[in-house]
Amino acid sequence: MKKDLHPLAMIALIAGVTLFGRVLPTWTLSLATIAASNALIALGIVVLARTGNVSFGQGLFFAAGGYGVALIANAWGLTDAVAQVIIGAACGGLLGLVVGPLIARYSGIFFGMLTLALSMVFYGALVKSTALGGSDGFNVGRPTLFGLSFTDPREADFMLYAVSVIVTGFAGIGATMLFRSEFGLASLAVRENNLRVEYLGISANRIISINFVIAAIFAGASGAFALMAQRHIDPQFAYWTTSGEFVFIAVLAGNQSVAAVFVASMALELVRSFSNLYLPNTWQLVLGVFLLGVILFLPRGIGSLWIRNRRKRSTSTAKAPLAAQRGATP
Amino acid sequence: MNPVLSVRGLEKRFGAVVAADALTLDIATNQKISLIGANGAGKTTFVNMVTGYLKPDSGMIMLDGMDIGRRSPRSVARLGISRSFQIPQLFVELTAAENLTVAISGVGARMSLRAPAEAQGRHDSAVELLERFGLADLADRPISELAGGVRKLIDIAMALVRRPKLLLLDEPTSGVSAEEKFTTMDRVIHAVAPDAATIVFVEHDMEIVSRYADRVVAFYQGRILADGAPSDVLKDQEVRRYVTGGVR
Repeated sequence: MKKDLHPLAMIALIAGVTLFGRVLPTWTLSLATIAASNALIALGIVVLARTGNVSFGQGLFFAAGGYGVALIANAWGLTDAVAQVIIGAACGGLLGLVVGPLIARYSGIFFGMLTLALSMVFYGALVKSTALGGSDGFNVGRPTLFGLSFTDPREADFMLYAVSVIVTGFAGIGATMLFRSEFGLASLAVRENNLRVEYLGISANRIISINFVIAAIFAGASGAFALMAQRHIDPQFAYWTTSGEFVFIAVLAGNQSVAAVFVASMALELVRSFSNLYLPNTWQLVLGVFLLGVILFLPRGIGSLWIRNRRKRSTSTAKAPLAAQRGATP
Repeated sequence: MNPVLSVRGLEKRFGAVVAADALTLDIATNQKISLIGANGAGKTTFVNMVTGYLKPDSGMIMLDGMDIGRRSPRSVARLGISRSFQIPQLFVELTAAENLTVAISGVGARMSLRAPAEAQGRHDSAVELLERFGLADLADRPISELAGGVRKLIDIAMALVRRPKLLLLDEPTSGVSAEEKFTTMDRVIHAVAPDAATIVFVEHDMEIVSRYADRVVAFYQGRILADGAPSDVLKDQEVRRYVTGGVR
């Protein structure tokens, strides 16, 4: 049997990480909030990548979530952080429901380029839209939580940190369950041989579409977090370099482990922050070297560090089911 | 007895090549039918049309009286026709049991996003099916580590999961050594018997054909050259000239 973490243990871990935020310095709180938010959208890319398709345009849903939340916040004064995350997820998910089934029939580079193209079309529309602030975007107010306003910056940062860690943590639990499920196994089957999947009476397009919608929901929620953290939104949310960063995290993480996505996101934020601090003119170079290092030494991502060890242990002791070593790991 | 599959005037051309030329054929239940013919005779095109991979240019394919000629492979599989492949089409990074679990989980109306793939019932069903083919001890081995003959059997096991009305096997013993071909075919026939009464298999080995088929259909240039009992068809002069190579 697998020795993966029980969902209750994962919930306890989320609670522990949330409470740990009380002792973290303020600058770390904002960094961890961004890392959790980025991890959420990268997790969606990993979910989709298990069907063999990579989206280079998750910025589309990231921006849809962000703009949806920002417009509702400014129009109706809805500033509750949890409600904003739900609205962001709903906006991303609804757009995913429209786009997913349309592009599910494409695969490989065509799929990736179509997602990129759609995100850039959205970017172009946002830049030209004066009602949405054009290329400058617009500001939104500070988020609240269950009617409470946070005037102390430290408390406001902690609230955002807590909500992002809890939401991303539960998304991680959901993704772990999804990876272990029969649907998750069928997703891997689609990646391997989608024609055989069809011959088994299963719709490969439906499997890709559902994974696509899940990725869009995660991206929309992530857009809401980014909006709350910056209290400003602009078309850059949909730009291809933004989408590229999320793919960057997913590549760093690999698709073998959910936990790896969080580790990769945090590692990337730390490398970015420190290289930005000490090498302000060449920090992109440091990021590039970091990615090259991971690709060279860990071609299956950071997750392969512990997945590989587990595989060695399991083959030397017993004939453990291999699903435990392929993505069904928290 | 009503035929499970009826084909009427089936035609398919690829440019100047005639792959199916007014094919008309009835397949009754409980038969084991072998399709024979030289390479390019139209056997695999016939299988591909029946299973929805290729659409016929004209003609009808009826399954239990329903026209399935324009349906997709998924729809045809759901209606009761399954197939195995000449080159096994498996999920090579998954284990043997996981391959069958994918097939089993596709049988229900909806696939669960929560139910674990390794739930005891599912895993037991997968291992039980592998057991029928004598492969239970390989259940947790990835396909990439398994030999070609074993992959072939797993490919057939996956086709069997839906308990098809009609099972099409594309060269089930190709790639199997001469010493093992009868053992392999015995195993296949024994394993599929509880779930698939009607079997159509494409075969080049005439010993296998004469030993296991109730009926033989010989193809030549997209046409049916002969159709009948193995003893009659394999003696047919045209079949010997164009298919088995017995007459020069």
